[in-house]
Amino acid sequence: MGGYLEKRFCIAMLIGAAGLAVTGWAAPPPKPANYTPPRTADGQPDIQGVWNNATLTPLERPAAMASKAFLTPAEAAAYEKQALEQNNRDRRGTDATSDLAGAYNQAWFDRGSKVVPSLRTSLIIDPADGRIPYSEEGQKRMAAAAEYARAHPTDGPEDLALADRCILWATAGPPMLPGPYNSNYQIFQAPGYVAIAIEMIHEVRIIPLDRRPHLPGSVRQWLGDSRGHWEGNTLVVETSNFTDKSHFRGATANMRLTERFTRTDANTLTYEFTVEDPATFAKPWTASIPMAKSAGPIYEYACHEGNYAVPGILGGARKQEAAAK
Amino acid sequence: MLLLAALPAAAQATITRGPRTADGKPNLNGIWQVLTEANWDLQGHAAAAGPMIPLGAIGAMPPGQGVVEGEEIPYKPEALATKKANFANRLKLDPEVKCYLPGVPRATYMPFPFQIVQTPQFILISYEYANAARTIYMQDPGPAPVDSWMGQSVGHWEGDTLVVDVTGFNDQSWFDRAGDYHTDALHVVERYTLHGADSLMYEATIEDKNVFTRPWKISMPIYRRQEKNVQLMEFKCVEFVEELMYGQYRKKPAN
Repeated sequence: MGGYLEKRFCIAMLIGAAGLAVTGWAAPPPKPANYTPPRTADGQPDIQGVWNNATLTPLERPAAMASKAFLTPAEAAAYEKQALEQNNRDRRGTDATSDLAGAYNQAWFDRGSKVVPSLRTSLIIDPADGRIPYSEEGQKRMAAAAEYARAHPTDGPEDLALADRCILWATAGPPMLPGPYNSNYQIFQAPGYVAIAIEMIHEVRIIPLDRRPHLPGSVRQWLGDSRGHWEGNTLVVETSNFTDKSHFRGATANMRLTERFTRTDANTLTYEFTVEDPATFAKPWTASIPMAKSAGPIYEYACHEGNYAVPGILGGARKQEAAAK
Repeated sequence: MLLLAALPAAAQATITRGPRTADGKPNLNGIWQVLTEANWDLQGHAAAAGPMIPLGAIGAMPPGQGVVEGEEIPYKPEALATKKANFANRLKLDPEVKCYLPGVPRATYMPFPFQIVQTPQFILISYEYANAARTIYMQDPGPAPVDSWMGQSVGHWEGDTLVVDVTGFNDQSWFDRAGDYHTDALHVVERYTLHGADSLMYEATIEDKNVFTRPWKISMPIYRRQEKNVQLMEFKCVEFVEELMYGQYRKKPAN
């Protein structure tokens, strides 16, 4: 616990130092007084319930705010207003193609209506510029992958996004990020376990708390292999054994993820994660996302069972190719 | 021991029937799996060749004594014809072939483990097959708002038995690889009873007025997986069925 608080303090100091160098930054609101969460019957801090992590704050700081770590309350209100207008899918397209591309109307979406309460301009809190610190090697590999994708957008299912294939939702994690809709998670706790049911796309992470070893390195999983333990009131979850196909933000199969779940008040679960992958990132990076208590329930998102996207995209591409001949 | 001595004999017999949670309920937490051939055919069946010649003995159907009480599934005549047609076309029609969600009760007796995470308000069952999951609500939230593959599960305790009422199904899942099926009128009542520390007795009563002439029941034991550090692993089978389902749309056919 002590080590954790010290580390957070250091991160806060670093960001503070960086923030002083720029003009027009606003101080983050003070951390809430220490909240003591209720306990489960077996003595774990109780983080159960349905939580939603939708927010208008982007993972990375937008280029236009390059020197601005925090918004002022007035800037935040303006940003929220603008984002809600821009995101509104009830605005129809100006031509047939763009209109069709916007076939989901606003009722489908739930991107939240607020920025994070800290008014930080990115979910990333470290490094101080709020951007993913790609290494040169990581950038090269991602550029090569993007080049391949441009040349082969629709050769087969492997070329489509994992979400289009209903294999893995890009925001379901781990790590878990806000998505355009259904950013809902239900946490259950039983002796020795924390389980997270993720609405997208009916994933369940069951995290053992007994300090058992990870699966052998030869065993790789889309969601990796998670092990948890409590540090004071913070659930710390370490995940490895990812596949070389999950590639979270370009990371390799050797990515290591550390997540920290802390109930900071009755209705907030503060979720922090740190990503390490020396082959992709110049240094570890950390994001912090507040998850809000939700009435729930979460529903069954049977993605694959209703997948018309893959046959539609691939079949459409074959038709186009045939027509071009 | 003092506590036990103070209780009547009947209560003692109950209390010794396996582990308990902090709130005094039978403790169903754990990783469980059946040892039955019900997923091939709920009814008694001899071994048979499988539908794929190249798979040889790997693809053959193992024999099973059946899990249906009274052996017969009470199909309406026209529904029995549909079941037979389902079996004949099972490679095309069985939702398991396409890695679709298994529904209830089939999720229970798929040849994969599942994990129960039990809390007083909710009981999560996470199935290894296709990362299927369901939440059993211990407080009735009212009628299911939409139909779904896994249905809506509402539980209560009858003595030491967890009784789960499952409604709100769509008409897409099957009961087994033999073509046994249902419509969206399906109603399942499951009963989970601890039998010692490491086994559960499972019963499911199945009702669907569109398909069956009366409710019928299946039952089987479920066993605790006891390997050291046992855990659910991923069986995300969508990737394994893409060639089957989408291979025809490839720019260059795989073979």
